[in-house]
Amino acid sequence: MIDTIDRALIVATQGGLPLVPQPYHAIAEQLGIAADDVMRRLRAMLDAGIIRRIGAVPNHYAIGWTANGMTVWNVDDAQVDTLGAQVGALDFVTHCYRRPRALPAWPYNLFAMVHGASRDECSAKVAQIRALLGAACRGDDILYSTKILKKSGLRIAR
Amino acid sequence: MPELSDIDRQILATLQGDFPICERPYAEAAAQLGIGEAELLARLESLLADKVLTRFGPMFQIEEMGGAFVLAALAVPEARYEEVTSLVNALPQVAHNYRREHQLNMWFVLATESKAGIAEAIAQIEHDTGLPVYAFPKEREFFVEMKLEARL
Repeated sequence: MIDTIDRALIVATQGGLPLVPQPYHAIAEQLGIAADDVMRRLRAMLDAGIIRRIGAVPNHYAIGWTANGMTVWNVDDAQVDTLGAQVGALDFVTHCYRRPRALPAWPYNLFAMVHGASRDECSAKVAQIRALLGAACRGDDILYSTKILKKSGLRIAR
Repeated sequence: MPELSDIDRQILATLQGDFPICERPYAEAAAQLGIGEAELLARLESLLADKVLTRFGPMFQIEEMGGAFVLAALAVPEARYEEVTSLVNALPQVAHNYRREHQLNMWFVLATESKAGIAEAIAQIEHDTGLPVYAFPKEREFFVEMKLEARL
């Protein structure tokens, strides 16, 4: 779990690191703590998985991934965990989750994100997933994103 | 779309994680790219200004600190799309929001500091928009690793 200083550190960095030669010192000064403390706490949060990673977060469209599809699958409940792990292991799938259905509007229980420079490229990837799921899948769809409406990431209150 | 230089491509290929935690992290990362600290800072500033990067910094996994992430969707009437976008995006709990081609045409991720915060955010959105929110909390995570290199 995190304490109030960790939380203040999250608030100070969730929008990004300062673009100055000593960013951790800049944060330390802002929070009124030592730079060593900032670095030690960030390392601890990385080790604990509270920070997934530190680095560049690209806009996929701007770097050439213009076709971004959320593929959704109606997979037999008895097989979805085994097959979901196999879909998640495909090298082109960036996220893969089992989620609840919302019947009757939404029959799909497996979600996998695929990306390409074109929709044709995504379709080829969808075909691979479909082949893998075989008869265990009773229907599927792909929801392409057509606009990023917001991408701020986590924003907890000050 | 902005033109990417070779150095921009290298930044995207190598700096989506593992940014160092040390006295001069930009200098250390720049040395690995074979450029100077000032050049790396300038490239990052320009990639952020051009919106090639949406952010440069830590990515937090809020579930590891007692919070929750939930994917949710709305079926928004076309005539109200802009208005509903503003209402939904106004909530700080909405971390991402995408327009998608489907009857459920708005898909967003709620990120809250407590698990109870999800229900509050959903109730707020339903109240503000008058539309029912479809929530799709993950029941199992099979894989997550969002690192895509530039392919321009």
